[in-house]
Amino acid sequence: MNFKRLAAIAYKETLQVWRDPRSLAIALLMPLLQMVLLGYGVSLDIKRVPLCVYDQENSQTSRAVVQGFTASKWFAVARILGDERAVRAAMDRGLCAGVVTVPVDFSRRLAATGTASVQSVFDATDANTTNIAIGYAEAAVARTAADFQARWAAAHGRRVPTVGTVDLEPRVWFNEGLDSRNFIIPGVVAVILGLVGAQLTSLTISREWERGTMEQLISTPVTALEVMIGKLVPYFFIGLLDAAFCLGAAAYWFRVPFRGSLGALVVTTALFTLVVLGIGYLVSVRIRSQLGASQVALMLTMLPINLLSGYAFPIDQMPAPIRAVTLVVYARYFVTILRALFLKGSTVGALAVPIAALVLYAVVILWVAARGFRKRLD
Amino acid sequence: MNVEAATVVEMRGLVRRFGAVSAVRDVNIEIARGEIFGLVGPDGAGKTTIMRMLAGVLRPDAGQIRLMGVDVVAEPERAKPHLSYMPQRFGLYEDMTVAENIFFYATLFEVPARVRRERARGLLEGAGLQAFEGRRAGRLSGGMKQKLGLVCALIHTPRVLVLDEPTTGVDPVSRREFWGILYGLREEGVTIFLSTAYMDEAERCSRLALLNAGEIRYCDTPARLKRLLPGALLAVTTRDARAAHAALEGVPGVLGRLLMGDRVNVRVDDALLRTPALGARLAERGVRDAEIAPVEPGIEDVFVTLLGGAPERGAGGAE
Repeated sequence: MNFKRLAAIAYKETLQVWRDPRSLAIALLMPLLQMVLLGYGVSLDIKRVPLCVYDQENSQTSRAVVQGFTASKWFAVARILGDERAVRAAMDRGLCAGVVTVPVDFSRRLAATGTASVQSVFDATDANTTNIAIGYAEAAVARTAADFQARWAAAHGRRVPTVGTVDLEPRVWFNEGLDSRNFIIPGVVAVILGLVGAQLTSLTISREWERGTMEQLISTPVTALEVMIGKLVPYFFIGLLDAAFCLGAAAYWFRVPFRGSLGALVVTTALFTLVVLGIGYLVSVRIRSQLGASQVALMLTMLPINLLSGYAFPIDQMPAPIRAVTLVVYARYFVTILRALFLKGSTVGALAVPIAALVLYAVVILWVAARGFRKRLD
Repeated sequence: MNVEAATVVEMRGLVRRFGAVSAVRDVNIEIARGEIFGLVGPDGAGKTTIMRMLAGVLRPDAGQIRLMGVDVVAEPERAKPHLSYMPQRFGLYEDMTVAENIFFYATLFEVPARVRRERARGLLEGAGLQAFEGRRAGRLSGGMKQKLGLVCALIHTPRVLVLDEPTTGVDPVSRREFWGILYGLREEGVTIFLSTAYMDEAERCSRLALLNAGEIRYCDTPARLKRLLPGALLAVTTRDARAAHAALEGVPGVLGRLLMGDRVNVRVDDALLRTPALGARLAERGVRDAEIAPVEPGIEDVFVTLLGGAPERGAGGAE
């Protein structure tokens, strides 16, 4: 290994990235764009579910029921409907996720029997959202019902019976505000780093083939290892720079609490960067056109990181075979580490398994990549 | 030829196949120190394949290559410091400047900084590129690019220079300058192995190998190759060379005809004997302004005749 040659390759690569608008855009603009899009766009919170209200009775009591919905931040009244046909039309046209109907005899029934129903219809096209919305609706009605009971009890000089009620007192850890953004954003950093890192290196060898510079390069005494390390060095620093930007944005802009050790964050981020750079380099060695290499690198990073890393879709909810597949998705380990460092403040000891997995991945990928590049045309 | 000179390049029984196609079959070449050895042959004859194998970037299927005593097939990396290879397609970085390209290749060959600066200055001056050090390689003219390629190839003072059609697409003035540099290198004892599509360049080589379909058909000095031509060469100069070319078909003693711009080169078995008959035939066919004179064969005549260029076959075999 000759360090001057290695440095010459690194310097050359830096010059080329600096002068190539496309690489520069991938290196500097893409992280910014992605951070904004994913940071703001992806949220699993369901708030302000659009709701239509069909109050057939329009009495003081029925209005109190409707109030129960509109007063919560979970629902937003999209429209007040006047008849049955409008209900169907509103659902068909997607004006709302659900319709609450207060029947015409609501208060009479309530007074006579002590119980009355409010009907709600939900658009279950998006099953997940609907489930949550139904939960919100039940809570809203329960609150209204409790109000009614309290008022009735007060009017009759009695106490609300409390015998036999068991309360669950939930306390949530790590993400006290139950803000899904805190859950998503650390993962977004992994998505961006994976995409950018592999894209950058996927071009590095294929560019030499495509522009015809490879034949002359391999006729020199430079070694394959010098080429690989020399080429990865500038991208490693670009990757760390991008990571610093994304992590900084996560902590200071999106205000995701960071509770872990900064050292552990730097080391694991560097490891993950090496893995994705190695994947891009490996693709570049195998595929001699820049377009092809960049497409394959996209497939190998974007798809698994988005779908199988657990950054948005929880891995423990996946069917067993897919869960098994995620074991080879390098990003899941980094997502786990990031989330633990940000939210839980876990120690390095607690993260030994995902860190070991990343180390193993980095070693294997770089070893295969180093062997993959031959200084030959055939 | 100086038979005492040390052999710098030695290829023995070289074979290379691409699938079912044999690109190079049993090629043997020996090149002595300070030679300018030329490879000529039609496209697809295997010139580039031979050069790539010598440069250590392509493995032969069989055969041996030794360069400065190093076994190139077994240890290509040990041979590479001794040689410089300029591929046919421009191989430098177009998005880097002249100076950056030179720096890059000098460093890869471990040239110390002081030597590099001195040598770069000399080479750039010799190539007339000193004013363009800061220009991106992609913005140089074709001739300047090739000269820059040569500068980068020479920065580490290689003992052997492998040039694959270095002057293709280069204007005549630049070509002459390029050859000026090559002659200077030969004086320094650099051995040059090149391929060319230009016959005037082939004549400038110390030795030539005529390659066809992956085989070396003839290999000798240009002068001796010309002597291989059977018979003598007559130039028939006329305003209507095309008519003369047609008229001379089937004249006894004519071994071959080659239509040039303003004349027809006719190869005959005996110049003295056949000249009157040629004149008679031309007159008979209405070509009256023809002048017939003996000429020295050019390497192109040799090339066409020895490699059996398609137009000549019929005429030669009409005897």
